[in-house]
Amino acid sequence: MTGLLRASIEEQFSDIWLEGELSNLRAPGSGHVYCTLKDRTSQIRAVLFRSDAVRLRFALQEGLQVIVRGRLTVYEPRGEYQIVLDTVEPKGVGALQLAVEQLKERLTAEGLFDQDRKKPIPVFPRTVGVVTSLTGAAIRDILAVLRRRWPTLHILIVPVQVQGESAGRQIAEALADLNDWASVDVIIVGRGGGSLEDLWSFNEEIVVRAIAASHVPVVSAVGHETDVTLADFVADLRAPTPSAAAEAVVPVLAEIVERLRELTVRMGQVMLRHCAFERQRLDAGIRGVTDVRFRLQEAAQRTDDMVDRLREVVQQLLTSGRERVHEAQRDLSGLNPILTIKQGLATVPQFSKRLEGQMGVILAQHRHRIHATLAQLNTLSPLAILGRGYSILQTVPAGQILHRASDVEVGQELEAQLARGRLSCMVTRVCDDSTV
Amino acid sequence: MAVVKFEQAMARLEAIVGELEKNDLPLDESLKIFEEGIRLSKNCLKILEEAEHKVEVLVQDKNGKKRIHAYSPDDADDEPSS
Repeated sequence: MTGLLRASIEEQFSDIWLEGELSNLRAPGSGHVYCTLKDRTSQIRAVLFRSDAVRLRFALQEGLQVIVRGRLTVYEPRGEYQIVLDTVEPKGVGALQLAVEQLKERLTAEGLFDQDRKKPIPVFPRTVGVVTSLTGAAIRDILAVLRRRWPTLHILIVPVQVQGESAGRQIAEALADLNDWASVDVIIVGRGGGSLEDLWSFNEEIVVRAIAASHVPVVSAVGHETDVTLADFVADLRAPTPSAAAEAVVPVLAEIVERLRELTVRMGQVMLRHCAFERQRLDAGIRGVTDVRFRLQEAAQRTDDMVDRLREVVQQLLTSGRERVHEAQRDLSGLNPILTIKQGLATVPQFSKRLEGQMGVILAQHRHRIHATLAQLNTLSPLAILGRGYSILQTVPAGQILHRASDVEVGQELEAQLARGRLSCMVTRVCDDSTV
Repeated sequence: MAVVKFEQAMARLEAIVGELEKNDLPLDESLKIFEEGIRLSKNCLKILEEAEHKVEVLVQDKNGKKRIHAYSPDDADDEPSS
């Protein structure tokens, strides 16, 4: 009878959908999952065989509201009917979303997303590892930004699939390889935007754990700004897009070079100022010492001068003194009064005789010469000329003697000197007759 | 380790410039850290100049052996399949 029922049920309920709450969950070693599906008024036993159970992305939990699809059958040994499930979907949220939430909860409890696990991103990486697909836009964006910002950067790409069955494993392996194999300073892991399904591998536990295990700091760059995956939670830095990740891992080389230059210049300027200041102080000190030295030298020189001059003066004094003594001796010998008097007395009678003889001759000669001169003087005297009828014309009041008619003007007053008396005259006409 | 060296050198250089600009060190000490700063500045520049741009790809060949080769934009074939 059970066999008959089974055949009948299986034929009639080969593909049914049910909605309910999971309870009495059991998952023995076989990998099959047993549970009871119930709503407020009824319940039914359910089984999910291993082959279907492993395809589930989320974990079945007690009390979870689900929508299931399957076929009814009868478990003959117990005479119980049950539903054999092939699809289980969480009610309300998508399966993937639920799976993410479940994993997140579990890993959070493990402490994988703790802030204090996060490693600092190096400011100046020399080598950047990139884990992504070579075919997507992400790699082009990342390379373009990296090259623009830091043109001499060393970049090591590990190509992986970023969606599909094996993507998660490949990403995890690539991260491990970069850690074990290469010496990169920071790793960018990511892909371009897509659906939750497309981004799935970045929510896989294997990827999340690989990121957490990386000794090299990891920057996640998954999808667009609004896409958040578990990789983003576990990464040391979450970049909203692949381009942003590239910007986050390297500074702009030109700016660094400029900063370096600026620091060096500033350092030099400060040092120059400092040296100039110290130099000034030193100079002031030296000047003080030099001043004293100069003054000393000057004083010494003046002393020397004075000694020299003193010596000269003394020398001169000595010389002239000696000369004067000689002169005096000579003078004294020439001026012996007794001798002079004797000589004088001897010549007196001779002189007297000669004086008397010559005096008469000399006086006669002189008298004659005086007469001749007086006669000559008389003829040359202007008074004598005037006496002969000439007169002298003079200007008034300068008293200039006139020689030419042209020296006077009509109406000018003149004075005429006559042999006896003067005349005041007025010029009435000037005749400049140069032929006269 | 050059990364750490460069980062530290830049940080130390910043600190030295700040210290010098405070202007309260005696000349001999100023000169000492100034010389250190100049050394750092030269080293930093050298590190920057030494860096060589290259883009490489790490791949695994059929025997599972890993090798690194230069990247070219048509390297998409290198992507491992599932």
